[in-house]
Amino acid sequence: MILLEVKDLRTYFETEDGLVKAVDGISFQLQRGETLGIVGESGSGKSVANLSILRLVPDPPGKIAGGEVIFKGQDILLLPPDAVRKIRGRRIAMIFQDPMTSLNPFMKISKQLMEMTQLHLGHTRAQAYEHAVKMLETVGMPDARTRADSYPHEFSGGMRQRVMIAMALSCEPELLIADEPTTALDVTIQAQILELIKKLKQETGTSVILITHDLGVVAGMTDHVIVMYAGKIFEQAKTKELFARPGNPYTKGLLRSVPDPTAEQGKLYQIPGLPPDVAHLKPGCPFAERCERAEEICRREFPPFVELTPDHHSLCHFANEVYAESIESSRG
Amino acid sequence: MEPEIQTEFIRGTSLWRDAWRRLLKNKLAVFGLIVVALITLASLTGPTIIKRTFGFTPDYIPIGQPKLVRSYPPFKGPDGEFSWKHAMGTDNAGRDQLARVLQGGQISLFVGIIATLVSLIIGVSYGAISGYAGGRIDNLMMRIVDVLYSLPYVILVIVLLSMFRSQTPRGQLILLFVALGSVSWLTMARIVRGQVLSLKNQEFVLAARATGVSAPRIIFRHLVPNTLGPVIVYATLTIPQVMLTEAFLSFLGLGVQAPFASWGSLTADGIQNIAIFPWQLIFPGVTMALTLFSLNFLGDGLRDALDPQMRTI
Repeated sequence: MILLEVKDLRTYFETEDGLVKAVDGISFQLQRGETLGIVGESGSGKSVANLSILRLVPDPPGKIAGGEVIFKGQDILLLPPDAVRKIRGRRIAMIFQDPMTSLNPFMKISKQLMEMTQLHLGHTRAQAYEHAVKMLETVGMPDARTRADSYPHEFSGGMRQRVMIAMALSCEPELLIADEPTTALDVTIQAQILELIKKLKQETGTSVILITHDLGVVAGMTDHVIVMYAGKIFEQAKTKELFARPGNPYTKGLLRSVPDPTAEQGKLYQIPGLPPDVAHLKPGCPFAERCERAEEICRREFPPFVELTPDHHSLCHFANEVYAESIESSRG
Repeated sequence: MEPEIQTEFIRGTSLWRDAWRRLLKNKLAVFGLIVVALITLASLTGPTIIKRTFGFTPDYIPIGQPKLVRSYPPFKGPDGEFSWKHAMGTDNAGRDQLARVLQGGQISLFVGIIATLVSLIIGVSYGAISGYAGGRIDNLMMRIVDVLYSLPYVILVIVLLSMFRSQTPRGQLILLFVALGSVSWLTMARIVRGQVLSLKNQEFVLAARATGVSAPRIIFRHLVPNTLGPVIVYATLTIPQVMLTEAFLSFLGLGVQAPFASWGSLTADGIQNIAIFPWQLIFPGVTMALTLFSLNFLGDGLRDALDPQMRTI
């Protein structure tokens, strides 16, 4: 069953530098209980795409210029603001990148957790407090009852991210959007937090959108992957398929840039150049300047979104060729 | 069996505890705090105590005393002998000066506190709403503040007070509150707006929005508490400023009127007899100066205590 369907979503920012098309016509579907990974470099539009789903893009300068976000049959973009507020946190919850700044420094964490359920589930103070303690226990907070009345600065980064997760899940949302939930944490804590999200997802059946630039995280956590570049979806496939048989030169480049601890020492591959300035895109493929196999047509014409298999799409003039090569090398 | 783990809960030092500790290290601020506390306490209880102890009438004239022709110096009785009755002497009407000064302190402090409360309520809400709304609304709201700012503050109050001159002393007092309150919130609004502008881009505000918290709730539950430090400091510094303006207006005869007294109106009375009865000017003047100094010391101390980075600059 389809939980969320995004169709041709466009979010633009008006800046002094011109119109920035941060998200430019992306479409995807998310099944109930599924985990979707969105990967891309900084500035590729992954965070903006997800803020657009909940209409949280700062306006001005941002504006959702078009498209549909259909959540359980309702287009969120057409709902009145009050109705959107009832969806936020109650049915779609978000976790943010930096747990250091995403908790209010002047409020006890119990208060911040209670705010959620008092607002959405109509809990009384006592009920909300009990629920907050229960949620803190669920996310593995030791000594939850005493620590509930602490302020955010009394916690470490990993613990704060646990609080954020407890907060996000306290109304049992149907969709959890995690925007780089582990980027600001060190590696061991990263693993714990990802394990926790995985475990809670299994227990509650929540769907998850995981935004990250860590391909290792994507491989371990997700069912489907979307690769974004310059506000566009470059490749979209099942996770296993994408890692085994990438159909886009950009994805290939990304996969080659992952350090391989078993490999001989040597220089780590790096995609040449920098992501393009989205305010001044040239007519051709936005990746053409950095692409190893770019030809004349790539600089002239915008590439088509090629269907490689019903589940696997790639935005490239040579998608079929790249895909064939990948199949070749995965056999060999 | 599971081993029982002893978890000792360590109380972290909070911002307020830290600030309090830093405040206590500042000698001037502690001096200010003590003086302000003493004067406030004395103003609130003093007049009644003096009246009871020495048996004065409600006008602080000793009961049964014939109508006076001249004012007594401090610690002197009717025949020039030493007496505890009038520690600060008396005024032209034979009223005990100490009781009058303390009663004036009540009004002066009250004016300062009310105007500061107005500045807290209106200024903080106005600034926070303006900063959070941003864009055109912010622009409009702040231009209104700019216009009010550009009007000369004291002249505005003088015009207000002389235009709506009230018949009763009580009405005049209320008018004074309104006039002072209506201009005292402008700076507070600017300060809070600036704070909110920098706070609203922090992730916890986005997180609150993402959990469906409404805009008024974000402003008043999430943003305003975060601006509390600068707000407290500025409020403490507003009190002496307003008190000084009140004294100035009363000195000009526009503010507090008899039978009410304030430090301003007492000095105004005193200055008429400065050559013959200097104590009529000295005591209210010194008390007022001491209070204003102390409030300023306290405000500066609070600023240093709540914003330790400021001190190094």
